[in-house]
Amino acid sequence: MTTSTAPDVISLREITKAFPGVVANDRISLDIVSGQVHCLLGENGAGKSTLISILAGMQQPDSGTIAINGAITPINSPKAAVDHGIGVVHQHSTLVPAFTVLENLMLGETGVMLGKKKAKERLDELSELLGAQIDPHAIAADLGLGQQQQVEIAKAIWKGSRLLILDEPTSMLTPQAIEHLGESIERVKAQGLAVVFITHKLREAYAMGDCVTVLRGGRNVGHISVEQLASYDEQQAQDAILSAMFGDDINTVSDEAAAELAGATESVRETRGIDLENRPVRLELSGVSSRGHGRDVEVDDVALQVHEGEILGIAGIDGHGQGALAEVAAGQRSTSSGIVRFDGQDVTRLGVRGRQQLGLRYVTDDRLHEGTVGSMSVALNLVVKRIGQRPFWKFGQIQRKAVDAEAARLIEEYGIRTPSSATRAGTLSGGNIQKILLARELTHGARLVIVNKPTYGLDLKTVHLVREILIDFAANGGSVLLLSTDLDELVELSHRIEIISSGRIVGSVTNDGPGTAEKVGHYMTGAIEGVH
Amino acid sequence: MTDMLSAAFVTVFIASVIGQAMPLILASVGETIGEQAGVLNLGIEGVMLVGAYSGFIVTLTTGNFWLGMLAGAVGGVVANLAMLVLNVWLGLNQIVIGLAITLIGEGITSVLYLQNNAKSNTSLGTAPALSIPGLSDIPVVGPSIFQQSGIFWVAIVLVIVAGFFLSRTNWGLSIRAAGQKPSSLDAAGGSVIKIRSHAVILGGAFVGLGGAYLAELTTATFTPFITNGLGFIAIVITMLSRGRILIVAITSVVYGFTVAVGPALQVLGYNVPADVIKMIPFIVVILTLIVFARSSVVPPALGAPYIRGAR
Repeated sequence: MTTSTAPDVISLREITKAFPGVVANDRISLDIVSGQVHCLLGENGAGKSTLISILAGMQQPDSGTIAINGAITPINSPKAAVDHGIGVVHQHSTLVPAFTVLENLMLGETGVMLGKKKAKERLDELSELLGAQIDPHAIAADLGLGQQQQVEIAKAIWKGSRLLILDEPTSMLTPQAIEHLGESIERVKAQGLAVVFITHKLREAYAMGDCVTVLRGGRNVGHISVEQLASYDEQQAQDAILSAMFGDDINTVSDEAAAELAGATESVRETRGIDLENRPVRLELSGVSSRGHGRDVEVDDVALQVHEGEILGIAGIDGHGQGALAEVAAGQRSTSSGIVRFDGQDVTRLGVRGRQQLGLRYVTDDRLHEGTVGSMSVALNLVVKRIGQRPFWKFGQIQRKAVDAEAARLIEEYGIRTPSSATRAGTLSGGNIQKILLARELTHGARLVIVNKPTYGLDLKTVHLVREILIDFAANGGSVLLLSTDLDELVELSHRIEIISSGRIVGSVTNDGPGTAEKVGHYMTGAIEGVH
Repeated sequence: MTDMLSAAFVTVFIASVIGQAMPLILASVGETIGEQAGVLNLGIEGVMLVGAYSGFIVTLTTGNFWLGMLAGAVGGVVANLAMLVLNVWLGLNQIVIGLAITLIGEGITSVLYLQNNAKSNTSLGTAPALSIPGLSDIPVVGPSIFQQSGIFWVAIVLVIVAGFFLSRTNWGLSIRAAGQKPSSLDAAGGSVIKIRSHAVILGGAFVGLGGAYLAELTTATFTPFITNGLGFIAIVITMLSRGRILIVAITSVVYGFTVAVGPALQVLGYNVPADVIKMIPFIVVILTLIVFARSSVVPPALGAPYIRGAR
């Protein structure tokens, strides 16, 4: 904090950072001014997170300078960032789950003894500023995500920062929590702090930002100043941002699709309506509880039905039993009670391979580890779930020709961009790995596919493609159980949305027009706040 | 049976339990400090042996038990330097390094002993006792607990101080964060490498003290492989105690009891084969593991070298 009345300015000049094979930041320059919310907008892979880790001292730029109020200031460690008053709320929580709120906030303090009393006073102060109520003795892991985030913000401005950076803060929040976050940001801004708000959703940039900078392919491709943004109406602002975001691509994607991908408007359902009553039930779980080992949330007495041609969405805060639900349906996790039926047949005791052959498929959210074997070729990854089956294996021998032919077919059909079918899968981009998984699961008699966070971390064009694939699959009579933390995605694709919380289904919403997201959010919030 | 309740017998028995428990408490506290910071030291057996031999040789030469304990702590730190440099600084695999430290510690101390001490007198005698005025006159408890060496009391104080530092100071909070989620500590402006270095050095000192206590006070001599798996039992105790020093102390005393009970049975005239008696502590450990292993919770980042930015 400075005592002068002139606003603090943090200037980034020509920041460049390259990683092997990709220039993440390419001569990015921008000014961050106190008392303003500066929105950084861009899709996954645009270089937002790299820029933030440079500001946070986690990474060093290859070239370029950072100046605070005109004085060039290298930020060569997270400690230096903290010392210069730069507080970051990272996209992935940096709270220690096993610590209490207070312990998390005190972490990094100097001095010998833990200053619990002083910390509590400071927390009270910040709680008031943020308009949040936080129990100082609650274990961080027990808090809802909205609350965790408030703790993170309190931590970021703990020492009286001048700059608060929020990296994709809304990605896991319910609409209600996002609103609350917006209010907190306003209050922080009013205290004279600069705020950098990172998002890939245009409507949030417009709603929260005083000015907007658009990143694409590691470059600053457009800046809309405070004055400009104030003078634009919503449509003008949207057009300006969209043309910056998509550049030349705007011609290949329709205006409407572009606006939607950029999250300009509230999503609406894209799939055709279907008449559920007249369609047979394909997958039915009744009273299913799972039994695993580890600290995952297990599913508890879950009942649901997925019909033929239906996309059933499962909404919920990350880590509330989605993984267990997907695995118990796919046969990877055993049930402790309840029945799983597929096409009317009891498959509760049937293993993964058996369900697979019936046409029940599963695309995991852990693409890199569970989903693919990175050190094996693309071709083998495409047939890895059919090990030992003809025509790819005969008498225990792998049939290279058959494997390569199948691989070539799937690579062509799903547009997997790979140098060859012999390339190691681990070297491909996340989007192409996801295409491998989808190709593998949707081929050869798939009747229902369970997808967990299918577009998480992908670039916008691949997101679009993956969603198209799922919509097509359902339109042709396939069924989809879609687990996602992205409400927009759920609203766009699902016919119905069930809400999961702590492993239980707590509500069900038919996706029938505007307001669905709010209804879903209502169940999510209710379930979470109800627990504590 | 009457012998079992005689004052003299109970006195010796309590003193024996303490003698067996103290090295284990010290070593387990050392291991706990390391594990809380995310460094699993499988080399503890070797570190203990180095501490034991250092303490033994210094006390044997100087006749001073306090100097011996100091040497044991220094020996423990030196042995742990391998873990510090190779794992914490260079990010090599903790398991491999730990096993190497154990093997090296066993080898070096055996060679040194056989070379220097095997053919001469190796008895250290008894450490001077510190009689606590008043308390030491109580029957049974007085001679067994309140006439221990001053080293015993200093060790107890050190253990309590270590527990206090882990739970009540910023430094202890940083240590726990380094084991729970090092990236959080880093993001909060702390240095994971520095904190883990502290933990490894301090842990080495405690483990070395444990070894020296074993040689100087419990057995009053050194023999090759004197620890006889005590280091690994310390690892078990550490994992079951989840960083709580009080639990470390209690479980160590239980272990000391199982070790002391065997000779006691023999003294009392029960004809139990010596081999069976030697098995008792290990059977107890195995049973404890079977019953409680599910509740052992290790810090999530245990065993993982920290590299900034790696996910």
